[in-house]
Amino acid sequence: MSPLSRRHAVNATMTVLTGLAVVVALVPLVLLLWLVISKGAAGLSWAFFTHLPTPVGEPGGGIGNALLGTLYLVGLACLVGLPIGVGAGVFLAERGDGRFGSAIRFTAEVLSGVPSIVVGIVAYGLVVVPMRRFSALAGGVALGLLMVPMLARTTEELVRLVPGSLREASLALGVPQWKTSLRVVLRTALGGIVTAVLLAVARAAGETAPLLFTALNNQYWNFAPDQPTASLTVQIYNYAISPYEDWHQKAWTAALVLLLLVGALNLTARFLTRSRLSRGQR
Amino acid sequence: MTAPADKIVVEKLSAFFGKAEVVRSVTATIPALSVTAVIGPSGCGKSTLLRCLNRMHELTPGARVEGSVRLDGRDIQGGDVDPVLLRRRVGMVFQRPNPFPTMSIVDNVSAGLRLNGIRGDHDAAVEQCLRQAALWDEVKDRLKAPAISLSGGQQQRLCIARALAVQPEVLLMDEPTSALDPIATAKVEDLIHELKARYTIVVVTHNLQQAARVSDQTLFMYMGELVEMGPTEQIFTNPRESRTEDYITGKFG
Repeated sequence: MSPLSRRHAVNATMTVLTGLAVVVALVPLVLLLWLVISKGAAGLSWAFFTHLPTPVGEPGGGIGNALLGTLYLVGLACLVGLPIGVGAGVFLAERGDGRFGSAIRFTAEVLSGVPSIVVGIVAYGLVVVPMRRFSALAGGVALGLLMVPMLARTTEELVRLVPGSLREASLALGVPQWKTSLRVVLRTALGGIVTAVLLAVARAAGETAPLLFTALNNQYWNFAPDQPTASLTVQIYNYAISPYEDWHQKAWTAALVLLLLVGALNLTARFLTRSRLSRGQR
Repeated sequence: MTAPADKIVVEKLSAFFGKAEVVRSVTATIPALSVTAVIGPSGCGKSTLLRCLNRMHELTPGARVEGSVRLDGRDIQGGDVDPVLLRRRVGMVFQRPNPFPTMSIVDNVSAGLRLNGIRGDHDAAVEQCLRQAALWDEVKDRLKAPAISLSGGQQQRLCIARALAVQPEVLLMDEPTSALDPIATAKVEDLIHELKARYTIVVVTHNLQQAARVSDQTLFMYMGELVEMGPTEQIFTNPRESRTEDYITGKFG
């Protein structure tokens, strides 16, 4: 074989092999989507979104409280995680060059690798044990703690992207450092930070483990932060491990709803990022 | 005090980045209500000297200064001087236009007032500053448009308007036209001419012709030292130092 045709052959083989790898990687994703949609779509109805769950055997019933509970938990998580995560990120970007800064950065890195169930145990110790009851607050703290390291690192990167010339422009106007950081630098990075927050929220909404022994579950509507709260993920878990056929059906449908929710958040984040980038290119 | 008094007096000023001494024992005076140009080859310390005049130099990690800078007779390096308040008296315009990208034209001009919590009629102040910066006629119909929608030359005049809004006494300009085309440059130079009736202006420039056109007195710096200082006409026609002559006749730099 001539060197040229040999190179062509190698090229063709590698193209086929890498293409195969893509197909293999896509198979689970497509299967997952197909399974969830085909099995879950049957149970979709307006009542499924608005009604309370029903006991075994009783027809109808929905996951209204779990859907609302997930939103409620994520809201509480934002209250906990946003100020700490974004604040830490701004600090790291503006003042994080010293030893203290690298210590925080290292901590955030380690934290983002901690299994989520461990974060759940921490929230259990921090909130559930002193309050002597499972509560939405505990679940919110658990999810909030999960969001912190992710938010801190992305915020830091986004704030560092803000040109130093803007910081100087503000300082040269006689604006104090802290106000420059908040009102000029953070304001400029805000578009990207909103995207990062959406991604963090999407991740938190999909977590089960940290909620198992913090927010627990609830068969009824709950708006009180000191009471146990239902969530989509824990509800899916409970339905899925049950021995009942109609609960299995509900697990699939609830999974589909969760998938749609998380997917919508991710798509919004992508859309925001893209419009921001195209604005920057103009 | 009788005009023209010395607005700024620099005495034996040295500026360092870490161990590197980039400004070496410079002594100079800057008269009030005049334009002072600082010229010299790249890396001669002229920008650093400028940044010492409103204490922006010290914001760089590892930077420090020795010697004194007096504004109206008072040492600005003193412990009783708040650099934040100093910078409201000594404004600055940078090499590249740097409007705040998230703000509209009008918000950029009033940024210094709003961020510093200064109350008053901001709209009137904005109009006055935009007029002073010779930008009003071009933007009066689209004040709410994003500042980054302006051209480079307009952005630079916007930055000048923004600096004027906090009513400084001194305006420092760090190569304000180096990123601009000739037409925009001419507009900014005209502006400098007009502004010196009300402000003391120090302009760092790479462009010798520009220094000759706009300034009343010129400082020539080389390797961190002030080589010569004098009326612009004398510096350009009859320099005392041979290094000055070599530089302005294009033998180096």
